[in-house]
Amino acid sequence: MSTPPSPPDAVHSEEFLRTLMRRQLKLSVACAATFLAALLGLPLLNYFAPALMATRVAGFTLSWLILGVLFFPFVWIISWRFIKRSIALEDDEVKSVKR
Amino acid sequence: MMPPLAFLGGVDPWILAFSFITVVVTIWMGFRSAKTSKTASDFFVAGRSVSVGWNASAISGEYLSAASFMGVAGMVMSSGYDALWYPVCYACGYLFLLLFIAGPLRRFGAYTIPDFAEGRFDSPLFRKIAVCFVLFIGFFYTMPQMKGAGVTLAYIFPGLPYWAGVVLVGAVITLNVALGGMKGITLVQAVQYWIKMFAICVPIFVLAAVYGFYGTHVGANTAPGEAPATIMEVARHPLPEKAPKDAPWVSPFGPLTTKAVNAAAAALPAGERGAYLAEYQRPYSLLYTYSLIIALVCGTAGLPHILVRFYTNPDGVAAKKTTMWVMILIGVFYVFPPVFGVIGRNLMPELYAGLGAKGTDKVVLELPTLLSQKYGVLGSILSGITCAGAFAAFMSTFSGLLVSMTGALAHDVYGRILRPKSSAEERLRAFKFAAVLIGGVAIALGSFVEALEINFMVGQAFAIAAASYFPLLFMSVWWRGMTMKGAATGMLTGGLCALGAATLTNLATLALDKGPMGQVFAGFKGLNGFFAAHPLLRILCEQPAIWTVPLAIGLMVIVSKATAASVPGDIRMKMLVLHAPEQLGLKREYIQEHSAGAGH
Repeated sequence: MSTPPSPPDAVHSEEFLRTLMRRQLKLSVACAATFLAALLGLPLLNYFAPALMATRVAGFTLSWLILGVLFFPFVWIISWRFIKRSIALEDDEVKSVKR
Repeated sequence: MMPPLAFLGGVDPWILAFSFITVVVTIWMGFRSAKTSKTASDFFVAGRSVSVGWNASAISGEYLSAASFMGVAGMVMSSGYDALWYPVCYACGYLFLLLFIAGPLRRFGAYTIPDFAEGRFDSPLFRKIAVCFVLFIGFFYTMPQMKGAGVTLAYIFPGLPYWAGVVLVGAVITLNVALGGMKGITLVQAVQYWIKMFAICVPIFVLAAVYGFYGTHVGANTAPGEAPATIMEVARHPLPEKAPKDAPWVSPFGPLTTKAVNAAAAALPAGERGAYLAEYQRPYSLLYTYSLIIALVCGTAGLPHILVRFYTNPDGVAAKKTTMWVMILIGVFYVFPPVFGVIGRNLMPELYAGLGAKGTDKVVLELPTLLSQKYGVLGSILSGITCAGAFAAFMSTFSGLLVSMTGALAHDVYGRILRPKSSAEERLRAFKFAAVLIGGVAIALGSFVEALEINFMVGQAFAIAAASYFPLLFMSVWWRGMTMKGAATGMLTGGLCALGAATLTNLATLALDKGPMGQVFAGFKGLNGFFAAHPLLRILCEQPAIWTVPLAIGLMVIVSKATAASVPGDIRMKMLVLHAPEQLGLKREYIQEHSAGAGH
């Protein structure tokens, strides 16, 4: 088995780790914020605008429709965007080191 | 005295056949793959060579438990809108796992969460603490699975007592795990997902086509004086006394989240009730909702039997892709169970009056039999399909839990702590012995919980995971200042508080049971009086996440700051391994350095 080429020392610098973690964390936090805004906002809407959330849409109350049906695709979109960006970030990191 | 085999009277052959086939296929697959899995690595993580599609199906198969298949529908039927938070957060909790934990955890490379705990902090002591929580969370999670088994068997064999179903199913799965290990389970779990998906959606499509769609059935629940919500009418059956009224059932802050305040109000003199309810009902209800959301979302990211599966991905990118596919697979699934609850409320309200195994938790199994009135045998066939799905649900989750708990005992306790020099054969024997031991304890615990709602119990397992593993993983992946003492203090305090709170709640509920369990737990009746006087404490015990998760994280930060000198020396390298892409080859370098330093 051949040993892999040792990565340049730049990889071991404080600088590299810091930017690496910061970029990925920034992306994660942005996605999490979108998700949490919707997830934690819905009970608030239920609490402060009960009449609006009780509006009937095809038999469902608006709140039921959002939570029971629409929430799932919303989360898929967030996760799909996250995966695309995060894999692009990683490719970027590998390129910047190997160059 | 009952004649032998009297419980076979009144058994529907179709239902029996479908259930039997599911069980036999599951066991056959387990035995077949037992022949091909030989090494310990095969047993623990399936040789780490599972593709994204298979792995996503397998994780979903393992995750969709009796709670998802039967419990969600039962709870939506009994509690309405508020119960919808469960399926939504079960599915969306994976987003936290994806965003913060899945990729780094896989890169670190370890068999189990205790492996990670030890590797990240270089502390064998911490491994022991982490192992305890695999067992705590696991046992809380197996109880509802066992209830699912008891309910399903009591449904198939109307004369069979609840505990007999628990013992029978528990013994079969335990044997299967002891002989097959996880290599078998990966394939079995993946197949089980598709069985469950088929079993939940096909009966719904048929029922909806005959009796009206999801929206129509929700629309049948209207506030007093409100016009019917849809043009199509549903021929509802009259609701019994015990069922919640339409308006609170269909709107937020209904019976589930207001139970504690309502109980407190009932203890007051009649004149004060109205003012008391007006002041406390909605705010406490909001608090309950938030605490539930925190428990489920954070808990999903800390379930040991799910996390162990991420090690079967070839690399961090695959781990992330797998998580996304899991979210899609289970998200599609979770749209369906509430539909059963909604239709069940309109067409099978007699379940509200049932107790324990005869209550709303069996709506998924029984609802399709309605079709028998119009289409004869079709109802039995569809009910057989949902029973098969229920078997797939509790069998797969129970197997997965059993594997991860057995792995913790055999790999961590026996292999690392008791007999570090044991041979591979001895370890394999230890694995089998541990499987039987844990299976036995789970069966015993499962026999006690007939009176508790399946979905509620799973929620408690999530709350414990949310206060123990989630803070541990989240903080140790993203904060390099974390020390072993900080992590251990936070995880132990948060996790044990959640565990204690959940236990208190269950004892109080069991004490109220009208069956035999009520007598066993009668000593705890006083708790209910206390909770009626302090509804806020009842909510904080029933849904502890809102205080235990911040408590755990807070303690981790404070204690880590105080013991900052003991941050592992090679923390930068550890963080690089966690976060840098695999192509940089840091992992191999790290292992070389590490084994050179350790001197073996």
